Amino acid sequence: MNVHEYQGKEILRKYGVATPRGVACFSVDEAVKAAEQLGGQVWVVKAQIHAGGRGKGGGVKVATSIEQVREYADAILGMTLVTHQTGPEGKLVQRLYIEEGADIKEELYVGMVVDRVTQKVVLMASSEGGMEIEQVASETPEKIFKVTIDPVDGLQDSDARDVAAKIGIPEVGLDQAVSFLQGLYQAFWDTDCSLAEINPLIVTGDDQVLALDAKLNFDSNALFRQPEILEYRDLDEEDPAEIAASNWDLSYISLDGNIGCLVNGAGLAMATMDIIKLYGGEPANFLDVGGGAKTEQVTEAFKIMLDNPKVEGILVNIFGGIMRCDVIAEGLVAAAKEVNLSVPLVVRLEGTNVERGREILATSGIDLVTAGSMADAAEKIVAATKV
Amino acid sequence: MSILINKDSRVITQGITGNTGTFHTTQCLDYAYGKDCFVAGVTPGKAGQNVEGVPVFDTVAEAKSETGANVSVIYVPPRFAAAAIDEAVDAEIDVVICITEGIPVRDMIKTRDRMNKLNSNTKLIGPNCPGVITPDEIKIGIMPGYIHKKGPIGVISRSGTLTYEVVHQLTVLGLGQSSCIGIGGDPVNGAKHLDVMRWFNDDPDTEAVIMCGEIGGSDEEDCAAWIKDNMSKPVAAFIAGVTAPPGKRMGHAGAIISGGTGTAEAKIEALEDAGVHVTRSPSEMGSTMKKALA
Repeated sequence: MNVHEYQGKEILRKYGVATPRGVACFSVDEAVKAAEQLGGQVWVVKAQIHAGGRGKGGGVKVATSIEQVREYADAILGMTLVTHQTGPEGKLVQRLYIEEGADIKEELYVGMVVDRVTQKVVLMASSEGGMEIEQVASETPEKIFKVTIDPVDGLQDSDARDVAAKIGIPEVGLDQAVSFLQGLYQAFWDTDCSLAEINPLIVTGDDQVLALDAKLNFDSNALFRQPEILEYRDLDEEDPAEIAASNWDLSYISLDGNIGCLVNGAGLAMATMDIIKLYGGEPANFLDVGGGAKTEQVTEAFKIMLDNPKVEGILVNIFGGIMRCDVIAEGLVAAAKEVNLSVPLVVRLEGTNVERGREILATSGIDLVTAGSMADAAEKIVAATKV
Repeated sequence: MSILINKDSRVITQGITGNTGTFHTTQCLDYAYGKDCFVAGVTPGKAGQNVEGVPVFDTVAEAKSETGANVSVIYVPPRFAAAAIDEAVDAEIDVVICITEGIPVRDMIKTRDRMNKLNSNTKLIGPNCPGVITPDEIKIGIMPGYIHKKGPIGVISRSGTLTYEVVHQLTVLGLGQSSCIGIGGDPVNGAKHLDVMRWFNDDPDTEAVIMCGEIGGSDEEDCAAWIKDNMSKPVAAFIAGVTAPPGKRMGHAGAIISGGTGTAEAKIEALEDAGVHVTRSPSEMGSTMKKALA
């Protein structure tokens, strides 16, 4: 799960991580009022969407007067912001963050992720703030410093101080930098983060470190014990089809193609997308109905796929294991009847009781094509959707 | 022979009185030597009960000392599952197979760190995996037993139904399996592709190995590097997720391309470079294995 920048900063402040002061706003008037409350001469008007690259897309503006705050807030709120992370369709800006201007002397980078090789949280820091860490990693890997953090001992003073000095935080700022980094780690650990990125981390004119941006992602398997984090969920930032799917315990991800696919199991679902592509088609989605493929789930899965106007055909690929193919076939037939399927349907069933399952499909009266192998299924659905 | 488990394994089901634990233990009892192998169950507070004739104990330690069990399988709900692994590790169980999906990553970081600091000899398989099967001997997990056939091919996979797909293709082609290991789809887990590959390489009854990988992490690349220098048997592979978009979790918690790493293409390239027979068609996993053997 992702949260907005202003929410991330709210969380981080509770752990003693220093940030500029700011106010979240939902209207231009609120933005103006926020700037007046914050005082000072410089404000930053920031679009709040769940994607990076907001500045380059025109979603972050520095204002030097209240009139400018109004002007920028008016321009940004309601705009469709396109960044390298939103895709070409962009994202509608519905929230703003008005922040006090900061006196930036240096821009640095710190991030934390779960490293899959060491199976621990790793702190990554770099003097190259404002750039994407992947780019730094590929072009100047020597500028990235890493600390693997022991899950029992936490981030040690000496490690935090060492890495802070290496990325160029001046001597006088080191004590504060240590508590900043330790606060960031504690926030990461306590709230079950999967990623925390401060880019840029700035050093101010008076040698203080501040989080100028904050990106936090959370482990969705841990949300049951993070009710305060769950409160931050913004459904406007999520794909409505993915939300609908999650309500039925379906794992769904929208893609750009025209062939819907419904599969049991995540690995097989990816493999099904891949074979559609291999046979010259384009998958419209990833959809895992789970090992059981229950009738009501299949019905909802059909509905979600058919809501996508791009879908011109559907491929069902189910490997029935413990759940028998005849039971799955009955469910498929019931679901197809209920949604009144209007596009070509290719069904590939394999596994327990497959003969009986295929017979149920064949005598169902539903207009569908059965397939033997995955290759056969892919070939048939691609042919059925080619004009 | 086989790896990890065989008909002489003695198994404890942790979480045996839950619906999932009861259902799958019953299925496993009915497979090959299951009735000899499944000797105990554990559910705290339910000692003295039995499930399909399998006695239930309060703790893994008791179950082990009463029955001599050396393997455990875990169906405990996600929020308690890491503690169940810890308990099995403390009881010095040789092989722990965790089926549970949805364990918080932080819990697994703590559990893995604990295992390392204890210098534990326990081999952890999973979590979020279908389990392990040695055909015609023993099945521990949720896979359909009948699709398997005894034979010389080792199978390693991060997925459930995709594993059944590859096993089915192998069986139809007459290629039986020595053991099939589901290592699971979570980012922080026990055995990796590389560990299992090494075990298969050392197993005299395994003649070749097929591995199914997927996007996310670098386990397949690490395994490829090892294969290049050490593997003495033919290896075939399929990597799922060539069409997966970056930054999206594809069902499995660990199946995500992040920061340009973990792509299917990078894994395929590393495997091909190591001399592995990689197919891009999930329909040709079995036939690719057959070609690799020729």
